[in-house]
Amino acid sequence: MTTDVRISEAGLADKPLLEIRDLAISFKTGSGEVQAVRNAHLTIMPGETVAIVGESGSGKSTTALAAIGLLPGNGRVSGGQILLDGEDISHASEKRMIELRGNTIGMVPQDPMSNLNPVWKIGYQVKETLRANGRPSGPADVAEVLSQAGLPDAERRAKQYPHEFSGGMRQRALIAIGLSCQPRLLIADEPTSALDVTVQRQILDHLETMTSELGTSVLLITHDLGLAAERADKVVVMYRGNVVEAGPSLELLQNPQHPYTQRLVASAPSLASRRIQVAKELGVESDELLAPGGPVVVEPTMTEDVLQIQNLRKVFKLRSGFGKSTDFTAVDDVSFNVKRGTTTAIVGESGSGKSTVAQMVLNLQKPTSGKIVFDGVDTSTLNNKEIFAFRRRVQPIFQDPYGSLDPMYNIFRTIEEPLRTHKVGDKASREKKVRELLDQVALPQSTMQRYPNELSGGQRQRVAIARALALDPEVIICDEAVSALDVLVQAQVLNLLADLQSRLGLTYLFITHDLAVVRQIADHVCVMEKGKLVETGSTDDVFDAPQRDYTKALLHAIPGARLMLPPEVA
Amino acid sequence: MIQYILRRLLQIIPVFIGTTLLVYFMVFALPGDPIRALFGDRPPSEAVIAQLRQQYNLDQPFWVQYGLFLKNLFTFNLGVDFTGQPIAASLGRIFPVTVMLAVEALIIQTVFGVTFGLIAGLRKGRVFDATVLIASLVVIAIPTFVLGFVLQLLIGVQLGWAKPTVGATADWGNLILPATVLGLVSFAYVLRLTRASVIENMNADYVRTATAKGLSRPRVVVTHILRNSMIPVITYLGASLGGLMGGAIVTESIFNVPGVGQKLFQAVIRSEGPTVVAIVSVLVLVFVIANLLVDLLYAWLDPRIRYEN
Repeated sequence: MTTDVRISEAGLADKPLLEIRDLAISFKTGSGEVQAVRNAHLTIMPGETVAIVGESGSGKSTTALAAIGLLPGNGRVSGGQILLDGEDISHASEKRMIELRGNTIGMVPQDPMSNLNPVWKIGYQVKETLRANGRPSGPADVAEVLSQAGLPDAERRAKQYPHEFSGGMRQRALIAIGLSCQPRLLIADEPTSALDVTVQRQILDHLETMTSELGTSVLLITHDLGLAAERADKVVVMYRGNVVEAGPSLELLQNPQHPYTQRLVASAPSLASRRIQVAKELGVESDELLAPGGPVVVEPTMTEDVLQIQNLRKVFKLRSGFGKSTDFTAVDDVSFNVKRGTTTAIVGESGSGKSTVAQMVLNLQKPTSGKIVFDGVDTSTLNNKEIFAFRRRVQPIFQDPYGSLDPMYNIFRTIEEPLRTHKVGDKASREKKVRELLDQVALPQSTMQRYPNELSGGQRQRVAIARALALDPEVIICDEAVSALDVLVQAQVLNLLADLQSRLGLTYLFITHDLAVVRQIADHVCVMEKGKLVETGSTDDVFDAPQRDYTKALLHAIPGARLMLPPEVA
Repeated sequence: MIQYILRRLLQIIPVFIGTTLLVYFMVFALPGDPIRALFGDRPPSEAVIAQLRQQYNLDQPFWVQYGLFLKNLFTFNLGVDFTGQPIAASLGRIFPVTVMLAVEALIIQTVFGVTFGLIAGLRKGRVFDATVLIASLVVIAIPTFVLGFVLQLLIGVQLGWAKPTVGATADWGNLILPATVLGLVSFAYVLRLTRASVIENMNADYVRTATAKGLSRPRVVVTHILRNSMIPVITYLGASLGGLMGGAIVTESIFNVPGVGQKLFQAVIRSEGPTVVAIVSVLVLVFVIANLLVDLLYAWLDPRIRYEN
């Protein structure tokens, strides 16, 4: 008898808050039903944080949205159960879901730029949440909620509109809204993926503090395995709609079973850089870990400076009232050199001026003062004809592979365009060149007749690389060239870039906010903060012995930096 | 903000001078002699004609005529038309009627256009949506005069629900039929614009977030979908107000409304420069001010737009 009582008591304490059993979700499309999620299962205990990790299209967000009844109109739960406190809510009425949302299940969405209604004050958007869930919603309550989420000067901030907030501030406001009614479960869908690393760390720290104080369970959706492992008690890995692996975070990271998880662990940039760090401490050369297919071929004897940036300044005039303008210094006295055949990374948060430097190097913007010397010639002295020739030798690859390819051009025309513009060869030789380029970036030649919308993000970025390579440039400026890609694709593209560099002797200027990527690809690092170059040096030096607090903060903010990871995991 | 409004009001001056000059010139350049046309088949003596010419300044060169017109305008003396009535008095008679007609039409097209557009947008692809879309297409396709005569016959004469013609005494009640006809065409555009805007907004991330906050469906629709969707619609409504005021010639003729359209049409036929320009001047003012109001409303609806210089 007594044993029975004990068991039932234990059972009560161990009752999961959310249990997803054999969940299947399908979407109605033009060509019939498509299964987006199959046999998903996960359990969240009260107060626990569980992360779902996977690439885009893996069904991780869909699973989370189903739990709060927010599947898009053409989606439906086609099987299984979603048990919240034992109640199956997979087919609950809209009335019941409205009762649960806000009060019992809160949500922090992904993109802080698009998730706040631009036409309502922040305060109102908090207030309506409180009111809808029957909580006191006076100005003091609203300010209280906002200041708890770490928004300073909340009373004044509540009267502002979203466009007057920075990205980090908006995300704080969204966290405030998500937690305002003290829900028992918080669904955080990539809550910081749109933010700079340092802001990301602050926000995640704050979220962790708040949820542990309130005893809130968190379902964290992320594509970053390092981040998941660092923040969650348990990790669930999803791949193409299936849960392929689940378990305690560290265990899963150190001993991944499923091939997909193994690949994910191997290529997560945050983990890769950490791995290099661990390996170095054990005396392993980082090159051996880095090189995708064998040792790096580039001869270190090439020491000529192909690019010299000298005291570069860029001042923008900001309009501020009647005919007046204030100066905004985007780039302030930046100098560095880039050696031929090497990769130099410029790192910094948004607004640090790194992209402006890239634009000036590409001769797309004129420096206010200072010089850019390319191959011994000051680029500001070039006339139109010489600039045209200069563009042949310095090519860009931009961040957004969706936006930088013309949707009306097929891939052949896209890659051939620079050749045609610069009148290189005849029709036949250009076609031959395009075929070669496609080979170089490992795309099948049948891609030529396809259009950008028929390609995946990684394939499009390969096309962008092929286009940049078409004119046999010497320098390629990669402006956040891999930031928009999923980790596995990102790893492939980085490998491709490294491979092309060793074969063609290319020089890269790599603009990125992601230090983890820098660690994998760059020889030299320039760290920029608010327009100024605060630290520069070889990648190993900067990572091993950062001199400036800002650099340290950036390094510390890489997800997974605090994880203890044995090198053999790689 | 006040600075912005002042600047916009000052902009009226060049717009006003430009349009009146243009219209005055066009009337001046019309072929035929307006005085002779007045008398038709029985021409008066040359002395009478010369005297009339002098009375209406028609013997002066164009620039002098225009200058005299401006001078009179600023001394609030609009002169008399060819029938001897003071122009100011007839403007005072016709404009209230047309304003009433335009406002009534505006209300009809806004209320029905936005309501139907919202429902159609929210139920995209269903029966209601399809029906409304086809119906609005039919309305756009049928010329106003056909629509006017059909409604006049059907509702005004056969069913007797509303007065078929307006006549001398126009009021809100008996203007309902012409106002409906006038509003119908813009109604179809308002509907389609609202529908498209609603469809775009209802899939916005912030609408999903609003739902996730626990708001009821009606609240989400009104505060987060409808308000954001009104921004393009307001712009169109402002632009259409000018059209409703000045472009009601056909409707006013069908329903015998003593308004601006009829008067303007007669004045153009008679080459009555001063009357035409006087009416057009008022219309220009209405148009410019309506657009200013739209811009202010726009800033209120969308706080990202600010008119600080």
